Amino acid sequence: MKQFLSFIKKEFLHIWRDKRTMFILLGMPVVQIIIFGFALTNEVKNSKIAILDNAKDAASTSLMTELNASRYFEIEKNLYSYNEIEAEFKKGKIKLAVVIPQQFASDLQHFNKAQVQLIADASDPNTANQLTNYATAVIMDYQKRITNDRKLPYTINVEIRNLYNPQLKGAYNFVPGVMAMVLLLVCTMMTAITIVKEKEMGTMEIMLVSPMKPQMVVIAKAVPYLVLSAVNISSILLLSRFVLDVPINGSLVLLLFESILFILVSLSLGLLISSAAASQQTAMFISLVGMFLPTIMLSGFMFPIENMPLPLRIVSNMVPAKWYFTIVKSVMIKGIGFHAIWKETLVLTGMMLFFLTVAIKKFKIRLA
Amino acid sequence: MSNDKVITAEQLTKRFGDFTAVDHISFEVKKGEIFGFLGANGAGKTTAMRMLCGLSLPTSGKATVAGFDVYKENEKIKRNIGYMSQKFSLYDDLTVKENMRFYGGIYGMSDKQIKDKTVFILRHLHLETEGDKLVKSLPLGWKQKLAFSVAIFHEPEIVFLDEPTGGVDPVTRREFWNMIYQAAADGITIFVTTHYMDEAEYCNRVSIMVDGRIDALDTPAQLKKTFEAKSMDEVFLKLARKAVRNAD
Repeated sequence: MKQFLSFIKKEFLHIWRDKRTMFILLGMPVVQIIIFGFALTNEVKNSKIAILDNAKDAASTSLMTELNASRYFEIEKNLYSYNEIEAEFKKGKIKLAVVIPQQFASDLQHFNKAQVQLIADASDPNTANQLTNYATAVIMDYQKRITNDRKLPYTINVEIRNLYNPQLKGAYNFVPGVMAMVLLLVCTMMTAITIVKEKEMGTMEIMLVSPMKPQMVVIAKAVPYLVLSAVNISSILLLSRFVLDVPINGSLVLLLFESILFILVSLSLGLLISSAAASQQTAMFISLVGMFLPTIMLSGFMFPIENMPLPLRIVSNMVPAKWYFTIVKSVMIKGIGFHAIWKETLVLTGMMLFFLTVAIKKFKIRLA
Repeated sequence: MSNDKVITAEQLTKRFGDFTAVDHISFEVKKGEIFGFLGANGAGKTTAMRMLCGLSLPTSGKATVAGFDVYKENEKIKRNIGYMSQKFSLYDDLTVKENMRFYGGIYGMSDKQIKDKTVFILRHLHLETEGDKLVKSLPLGWKQKLAFSVAIFHEPEIVFLDEPTGGVDPVTRREFWNMIYQAAADGITIFVTTHYMDEAEYCNRVSIMVDGRIDALDTPAQLKKTFEAKSMDEVFLKLARKAVRNAD
């Protein structure tokens, strides 16, 4: 036990002496949460639009006010001819143009029917889609309001309720994603690098000649990163709860338990990489390309897995972060209990056992 | 087994597939002896040493280190040996004292023992003022001497030195060997591999490995007589030229 403690103390000293890496490891989650929370958002918020109002009557003015008042849009410019629209798009400031035809109000009154044209910059198809949807919704709202006092023969009112995330906040999606990413980076990459470093420096041999058991060496190496990860989880959860207002709807204990399970999966992956890699660069490369990219691309964090072609969907099942991502979303956002995520938990446990067995086996072969 | 033999090897062999790295070697090392283990690169020195340190299991043959069997008792062997490799020169990002605390710690020494020993070694090496400095700020020669002090920090019966003086200047090498003599006088057995033939002259007995076998084993003086050579250098060249195996 004394041996073990000396070793862990030494590992902490290594981390403590390398201040730059330490600050990166502890600061990264904070910076990521803040960047994702405030800068990199795909929510529609105060998008700049241009309006070509050919009618200039009471109805068109109130529609414009309606658009401007919604938190989604902000009227950047009033245009006076159709030709100006494209020039305005080319300047790149606006993403959507709304064209209101002449006699808008009188068409509405006399024919019970009027048209509005939405022109979107579809060079970014997702944004174009979202903007037109939001604009349509605002226009529909307006229509509902003015037809309220009139009797229409048939109407189907579509009412949408967004469960678990009524405001469609992006944070609900990226907080679990950032958690998976940070834990993977700290645990897998740092564990792999630190073990390979000892191999490179030749100090690993000294460890193996000492009475310290090889398994102990490996565990002692992993402990400081487990602690760092715990600090990171806490800072991510605190930030997302109190700065980004993301609730923790489910059980905190369950969430922490699942997080520790994922940390263990990441640590054993790091061990596995360290037993395969001969140099620190290789270890870093394998961790980045082999783990980091799939985590971003295939965990469902950036791109929905359901929309992927079958082969990618199959591959995504091998990415541990995918399962953790599902778990965190279920527990944190949907607030459901263990009965709903036992399958994911089982998969992660299986992965951990598999990686750990292979890693320890490989580690022993090196000793023979 | 008699008490004064701390290492015995009988027909010790290690094969990797078809390749016989160490081919039936037999020798004995006495307590307090400085035993030189010579051989060209690829002759099998390191493999033999790894088997004795309990890092690698022999394919066949018998060996005991500090009275313990290399097959069954390598945990006990590990408690009684020290090891220093050419690559190894402590942790650069830790201070001298932290390094000593760490190595003392993994050998299970008490805090008091570690403290006393640290003070003793620093005074002995005249490095009292350097104890709290990071190892990376020290010159290579000092690092090497410190590394040796750390390898015998837990007062092992035997210390294995794998080319300990690589890349060190002649003056420091001389000082280093003085430390080795001191340790041997204190009763620690020294098992050392080296490339420097002048160092071979400092050893009590020398074995020379060629192609996995021990081709010669005697005192330096006797070896020079047997091979009608003026120096150990000549002895070594005469033997090493017979090698079939390519050095790697």
